[in-house]
Amino acid sequence: MSGLIVSDLSISHGAISAVKNLSFSVDQGQLAAIIGSNGAGKTTLLRALSGLIPVAGGGATWKGQTLLGRKAEDLVRAGIVHVSEGKSVIPELNVKENLALGGIWRKDKKDVAAATEEVFELFPRLRERIEQSADTLSGGERQMLAIGRALIARPELLLLDEPSLGLAPLIIDQIFTAINQLRHRLGLTVVLVEQNAMSALKIADIGIIINVGSLVTSGPSKELLADANLRAAYLGY
Amino acid sequence: MLILDTLLIGLSSGAIYALMALALVLVWRSTRVVNFAQAGQAILSTYIGYEVMNRTHSYWISIPFAIIAGGAIAAFIDAVIMRALAKRSHKGSVAEIAPVIATLGMLGLIRSLTGAIWGNEYLQYTSPVSGKGYLIGGHTIPFSPQNTVIVVGALLVMGVFAVIFKFTNLGLALRAASFQPEISRLAGIRVDRIRTIGWAFAGSAGAVAGALVTPTSYLSPNSLDLLLVSGFVAAVIGGLDSLIGAVLGGLILGVGFAFILQYIGTSVTFSAAFIILIVVLFVRPRGILGSKVGRRDA
Repeated sequence: MSGLIVSDLSISHGAISAVKNLSFSVDQGQLAAIIGSNGAGKTTLLRALSGLIPVAGGGATWKGQTLLGRKAEDLVRAGIVHVSEGKSVIPELNVKENLALGGIWRKDKKDVAAATEEVFELFPRLRERIEQSADTLSGGERQMLAIGRALIARPELLLLDEPSLGLAPLIIDQIFTAINQLRHRLGLTVVLVEQNAMSALKIADIGIIINVGSLVTSGPSKELLADANLRAAYLGY
Repeated sequence: MLILDTLLIGLSSGAIYALMALALVLVWRSTRVVNFAQAGQAILSTYIGYEVMNRTHSYWISIPFAIIAGGAIAAFIDAVIMRALAKRSHKGSVAEIAPVIATLGMLGLIRSLTGAIWGNEYLQYTSPVSGKGYLIGGHTIPFSPQNTVIVVGALLVMGVFAVIFKFTNLGLALRAASFQPEISRLAGIRVDRIRTIGWAFAGSAGAVAGALVTPTSYLSPNSLDLLLVSGFVAAVIGGLDSLIGAVLGGLILGVGFAFILQYIGTSVTFSAAFIILIVVLFVRPRGILGSKVGRRDA
């Protein structure tokens, strides 16, 4: 069944075009890795999909409903949750409060408690640090906290922006393994934006490679990994 | 004895400064606007309290009305004026300064409005509680039952704020939205609404300050103007971002003021606030509880 469909999407920053006529689709339950170098328009794309910035043209739908022109806070209620770039936690609040934010709008408080418990099982470190202020956490722990907060909203479509940014390789492996487990267990659809192409494509079903705002190619991640030309030009190894 | 007397004077005025500082900090934290209109909002709320007292003949009944009016006026200013202004201006220095200028305009507007309705003469908004100092062992201390009402009232407001901010979801949303508006939106918080609620809290705190302090002097369209200056200085001393800092800043300013007036003289009344401000900023440039962390905008 069709999940996320992006068609002919264009986004501008003032006079500068950041994303140009981009089209791709992600089926429900799939993990799509969006790969591209710094400045390729990946973050801009996610910010438009989650309602933070307006688009210049084109369309984007989730399960047949448009994502465009809706507020970020309303899209969260529709199951579209964006974990923004750079360990998206509130450093002034403690771990417990950061997690509580994820379910603050939800009426079903029992399920919020259950979801919080699931997050603690997935990331036991967060339970140990529950009273600590988020700015005392390591980079990896902050990323766990940001993803944990998103999960408490019970998302259907999870938009992850560079979860590996600034993390040590060992921690990156842990985070990516957790993302992969999660989406299988919860049936999540995940759009993962990454510069770290290898780690992302290893767990992804499909890869979407963009360069200066335009689609280069997309396809099953195994095929992309096997393409020697692509590897040399975009995957960086 | 003189030192104790001076402390008591400082405690009462410090409580009022703290309320005003709280009002300014609440708005600054959530919208990065120095709300000059706060003095006008507080005076308008106090006039509404005055009208309620004239009809009900009860000072105590008039206070909650002033508080509600203060909250409603502030919510109106944010939801109708500030939000529209934010939508129309984007980035750049004009966008940053426009809301502040707008609050200055609101201050003038509210002041002419109150002048037009109630006239510019001095009105009496009286408390049933005595303004004469307690008599202790033949010595009249400069702390009256009305000063007690002021200090207890201010403490109540601070207590209510502390409970809301620390223990409720609304308080969590208010803190999150003021620290990181964008992340808060991505967590599903309706940041615009939460900001309006923050403004309403601020307006209510300012209304309490007006309703408590006015019985110790008189009511006129500009009788709270000096309080705006003191509240702002107290807020800066406290670091502008911190609610606890605002309370401490108010008390430091109140007590500092009282000692300067007592030991240096009344000739420095107006400059005393700035002298204290400069001294504190020299010692702690960030204010006593200011944050080091930057803030990302929505």
